[in-house]
Amino acid sequence: MRTSTAARTGQYAALLAYLVFLAFPFLWLISIAFKPPRELASLHPTWIPKNPTLDNFRQAFDEQPLLHAGLNSLLAALGAAVIAVLIATPMAYVMARRRGRLAKAATGWVVVGQAFPFVLLIIPLFLVLKNLGLINSVPGLVMVYVVWSLPFALWMLAGYVRAVPRELEEAAAVDGAGRLRTLVSVTAPLLAPGIVATALFAFITAWNEFFFALVLLKTPEKQTLPVILTHFIGAEGVADLGPLAAAAFLATLPSLVVFALIQRRITGGMLAGAVKS
Amino acid sequence: MTLVTESRRPAHRAPGPDAPRGAPDHGAWFLVLPALIPILILSVGPLLYGVLLAFTDAQSGRTEPTEWIGALNFRDLLHDTLFWESFRIGLVWAVAVTVPQFLLALGLALLLNQNLRLRWLTRALAIIPWAMPEVVVGIMWRLVYNADAGILNETLRDLGLGNGHDWLSGLGTALPAVVVVGVWAGMPQTTVALLAGLQNTPRELHEAAAVDGAGAWRRFCTVTWPALRPVALAITALNLIWNLNSFALVYVLTNGGPGGRTRLPMLFAYEEAFRYGQFGYAAAMGCVMVAVISILLAVFLAGRLRGGAKGGDEA
Repeated sequence: MRTSTAARTGQYAALLAYLVFLAFPFLWLISIAFKPPRELASLHPTWIPKNPTLDNFRQAFDEQPLLHAGLNSLLAALGAAVIAVLIATPMAYVMARRRGRLAKAATGWVVVGQAFPFVLLIIPLFLVLKNLGLINSVPGLVMVYVVWSLPFALWMLAGYVRAVPRELEEAAAVDGAGRLRTLVSVTAPLLAPGIVATALFAFITAWNEFFFALVLLKTPEKQTLPVILTHFIGAEGVADLGPLAAAAFLATLPSLVVFALIQRRITGGMLAGAVKS
Repeated sequence: MTLVTESRRPAHRAPGPDAPRGAPDHGAWFLVLPALIPILILSVGPLLYGVLLAFTDAQSGRTEPTEWIGALNFRDLLHDTLFWESFRIGLVWAVAVTVPQFLLALGLALLLNQNLRLRWLTRALAIIPWAMPEVVVGIMWRLVYNADAGILNETLRDLGLGNGHDWLSGLGTALPAVVVVGVWAGMPQTTVALLAGLQNTPRELHEAAAVDGAGAWRRFCTVTWPALRPVALAITALNLIWNLNSFALVYVLTNGGPGGRTRLPMLFAYEEAFRYGQFGYAAAMGCVMVAVISILLAVFLAGRLRGGAKGGDEA
């Protein structure tokens, strides 16, 4: 296809503009995280810290229970990811392989679940969990996260199941393997990469989640990282910029790393879902 | 079973789609139950309970029993100017974020679909807004917008434009400032979805159109857009809904301020429920939001069915 030089230049200029737009807030966050107080107070801030320091990170840990909050986040995210995938995989299998009312209802649920009206959900959930004695507890939060990540997990997993050729299962059935046997020994191994990707996605979703955690977790020793981060911003919105940036940067790293690892699979799963059903 | 029957839409299919072959299979239910039970207990149940709550005077920490008060909450809501103001802000916010987000994402998707050099870097960077906790996105942009130490004001000073402005606490600038953050935060998902749509367009069609002498704009209108339409419609409807539901970003950026200028409906309902303890009233707000979202979903599904009728080529 022919593309003129002028068009090419325009394309690169546009791409560059996007690069700047996407990158600059993040670079600024990193820059502030490594700046000493004197440079932060300067009226003419610079992109690159003149005297980079790790003091902000130390101070962040002193000011808020970051380590503990990180542990809570890790528990909540791991718990949610593992349980969500364990219970979603069989259902996704049914959704993908059978075309009955069940599968249709589940697909409808996935669409509705994408648009979940949190407001209407959180108050009753709060009351239910309170009656169960699960307010201000990480297990209670895990339960919520599992259900919350199910629609998308089902969506992704059903896509991966469809990618497994049906003939393989039929061959196993001809060889006399039962349904469960077929599922465990033929389908599951082929699904493994998709299951891992889905679990990691559920992990990130839970790691990043804020609203449910804000409502359900009351005391600092139970709170997750996103909630603890907001404590750096005082009541009047005044914040200690250095430690705030440092803590925010640290809280992002795990999900950035995990996301970078599975990005292709997530986009693949999302695309499959978007195109197919 | 052939691929054709697999990919057909349910509406066009012959009756009796259950149990493809053999005896009715109860095993399927056992596979579904582990997910179905939690869904019923922790979302369908609470959702219905939430609707019921909207018709009661439920409050947190009250000792006397909750009473059924009919549509009183909704009547109060009708006269609650603060709620309708926040509702209006929510709609403005959702549209103001979704439209530029879509246009920018479309541009980026078209660029990333080209054979350009910096493509990998853009793709890598696009991960950042997507993978970042919303709270961190909010914090990060607070640092950008900061009156003294922020890079935005510093850049403007360097360019000789103004001498520092407190973007997030200015009455006129707060909403536009948070809208920019909303656009930034949601661009990657939209871009990826549109890129997928683009990559599904048959290349040959493009080439054929180019051979016929169609210019870039012509090719976009006649080849690219028709193929992209279903995906574009779906992602736009979802974005509208997601944006109507947003909470964390604005909670961190402005907490609804200054003077309620950025108080999205979710922030309003959150305060009503968990600061003032008005569970029943907040649930009624939730019902109104659900009604609006249902309308959006209906539009989305209707558009999808129409769009899907043309291109059901994926197996």
